[in-house]
Amino acid sequence: MSEFEFKGCVEIKELLGRRADDERQLLDLIEEVPVDSIYYHTHSFFLRHFYFAGAYPNDFANWAAIQVRDRVLGEKLAEVTPSGVGSLEDIRTELIEIIDSHLSSIKVVPVIVYGQPFYFMQSKIIEISTGIKVNNLGAFIEALKTIDASAIYNHMFEARLRVRRRRSDFAIWIAAALGMIELAQKVENIDSYMYSLEGLRNKLIDLCNYQLQNE
Amino acid sequence: MSNVVTVESYRDIAPQGTIDLIYNLAGRLRNKSLLHVNSTRFGGGVAEMLHRLLPLFSNLGINTRWEVMEGTPLFYQATKSFHNALQGEPQIISPEMYDEYLKVNKRNAKKISFESDFIVIHDPQPAGLIYKKLRKTPWLWRCHIDISRPQRKVWNFLKEYVFKYNGTVFSLPSFAQKLSIPQFLMYPSIDPLSDKNRDLSSAEIEEVMNKYNVPRDKPIILQVSRFDRFKDPLGVIAAYKLVKKHNDSYLVLAGGSATDDPEGLQVLHEVKEEADRDKDIFVLDLPPDANLTINALQRAATVILQKSTKEGFGLTVAEAMWKAKPVIGGAVGGITAQIVYGQTGFTVNSIEGCAYRLRYLLNNPDVCATIGANAKEYTRRNFLVTRHICDYLSLMVLLLED
Repeated sequence: MSEFEFKGCVEIKELLGRRADDERQLLDLIEEVPVDSIYYHTHSFFLRHFYFAGAYPNDFANWAAIQVRDRVLGEKLAEVTPSGVGSLEDIRTELIEIIDSHLSSIKVVPVIVYGQPFYFMQSKIIEISTGIKVNNLGAFIEALKTIDASAIYNHMFEARLRVRRRRSDFAIWIAAALGMIELAQKVENIDSYMYSLEGLRNKLIDLCNYQLQNE
Repeated sequence: MSNVVTVESYRDIAPQGTIDLIYNLAGRLRNKSLLHVNSTRFGGGVAEMLHRLLPLFSNLGINTRWEVMEGTPLFYQATKSFHNALQGEPQIISPEMYDEYLKVNKRNAKKISFESDFIVIHDPQPAGLIYKKLRKTPWLWRCHIDISRPQRKVWNFLKEYVFKYNGTVFSLPSFAQKLSIPQFLMYPSIDPLSDKNRDLSSAEIEEVMNKYNVPRDKPIILQVSRFDRFKDPLGVIAAYKLVKKHNDSYLVLAGGSATDDPEGLQVLHEVKEEADRDKDIFVLDLPPDANLTINALQRAATVILQKSTKEGFGLTVAEAMWKAKPVIGGAVGGITAQIVYGQTGFTVNSIEGCAYRLRYLLNNPDVCATIGANAKEYTRRNFLVTRHICDYLSLMVLLLED
C-alpha cells in the first residue's frame, strides 16, 4: 500500500506596491496584476485564517464590505469560490464581471472614505516536508491531529488549484491507496471554503473516525 | 532548570506542528550563514528583536552574526533626519549630511566582514553598505519604519541604494513603494517568553496592582502607550466618560517616560489634568524597562484600548491579544491587520464608537471571553516570534534556492 506523506507549506507574502482607493481602481488593477495576486487574495486567504472563517471568504469581498462599506458588492464577490471555477484566470474573469456589472448598475463609484485602501499582494508558497508518512486510516487520523495546519491547506486547497490535481490529495490517496471510495467522496464533498483550517481539521477527523468505527 | 531559550522552548506555545515545520525548513539551510547589520546594539525595537531572534537562528544550526555599524554625531544627525523625512516629516538635510552618511557607510564597509551566505541590513543607516555586495549573495533591506508617505528627496537618495538589494522587507502593506525589486511583507512579532508576555502568577499581578494603588473591585479599562497625541489618550478619557454614565469602571493610562519629548510632556500634563478630575482614572508614567508591570496591568484589565489615530504596527495590540483580552483599537495602520472586526476585537473610528464598544464588552463577559480566546489563537499563529523565525527562514530558502 502506498504511503501518504504530509507536506506543510509556508507562504511568503510579496507586496506589489499597487493600491485601489475605489471600486473602479480595484477593477482596473484586478485586470492588470499577476495571477499570483488573484491567488493570494482569494485562495490563500484560508492559509491566513486558521481559526475562524472571515466575514467573507476572500479579500476583495471583505474590502468592499468593510472598507468601502458597499455590502452589495461584498456579498456578490463573496460568491466567488475558487473551487467553483476552473483556474485562477477564470477567477479573475469572474471577479471582473461581477465588479463591472455592479459599477454599471450604480451612478457613483463607491470610494473609501474612512477605510483603508486595497493593497495588492501576491503569494509564493514553499512546500515543506513534515517527515510524517502514514499507510493506514488510523495512522492518518493520528497524523491529522498533530500536523501543522498548513499541511491541511497544502493538501486540500493548494493541490486542487495551483498544482492542478483537481481533487484534494487526501481524497486521491484515500481512494487509491485505501480503496475507500465513499470516504474519499465525502472528503471531496466538504465545502472547504466554509471552514477555518482548524475547523477543516476537525471535520476530516470526524469523517475518518466515522469510517473507522463503521468498517 | 536552564533559562536558555531555544526553539524547543516554544513547542507548547506555538501552534501544533510549527516547531517541526521550522526544523524542516532550517534543515534546507544547513551550514548556511546569516549576517544582520544595524546601527545599535541596545535600545529600540530592532535591537530588542535581534537579541531575541539571533540565538534562535544559531540554535537552528544557522551560523548567525550581528554587526553594528559605528557612526559619528553628524552621521546620527543625518540618519535621524532621514528617519523623520521617510516618515513624512519635512526635514532640511544639508549636502554635508548626505556626504557624511556615505563616508560612514564606506568606513564601516571596510571594517565589517561580509563573508556570509545571506545578509540582512536593517533600516536606512547601513543601507549604503550595499556597494560591498557580491553577486552570488542575497542581500535584503529590512525597513522597520513607516515609509508610506516619505519625503521624496530623501527617498530618492536612498532608493539608489535600495534598488541594488535582492529584495526589501516591510512591516505593513501600506509601506510598499514602486520598486523594481521584490518587496516582502513581514509583520513584527512578540515573544511569549519575555517578561512582557510570559505567564504571571496571581501574586505577581497583585503585587504590581498594589504597587501602583490600582484597585480591582471594578472592571479595568487599560491603554498602554506613550503619551503622544497620535495615541489619543485624551480621546480615551472622553470615551471613558461616556462609558461611565452607564458602567462603573476604572481607567488606567500607562505610558513610557516622556522626559526627552517636549510634546509628550505637554500631552502627559493635559492627561493628568483631565485625570485629576476623576479618582477612577489612573495615569502611570512608567520607565522604559517596566515590562513586568505592563504585563501585569494587561492581565488585570477587562478590556484593552489602543485608540491610536496614527499607528505603525502597534505591538501593544498583539501583547494584549496574547493575554486573551478583547482589544478596541483605532482603525489605522497595523491595528487593522491584527484586529479582525468582531472576531478578535473591534476597530473604531470615533470616541463614540470606542465608548459604544466598551459598553458592549463590559456588559457581555461571554463575548469578552470568546473574542479574547480568538485573539489569543490569532496571535499564536500570526504574531509570535515563531512565525517571525519561519518568515526569515522562508525568505532565505526562497532567495538561496532561486
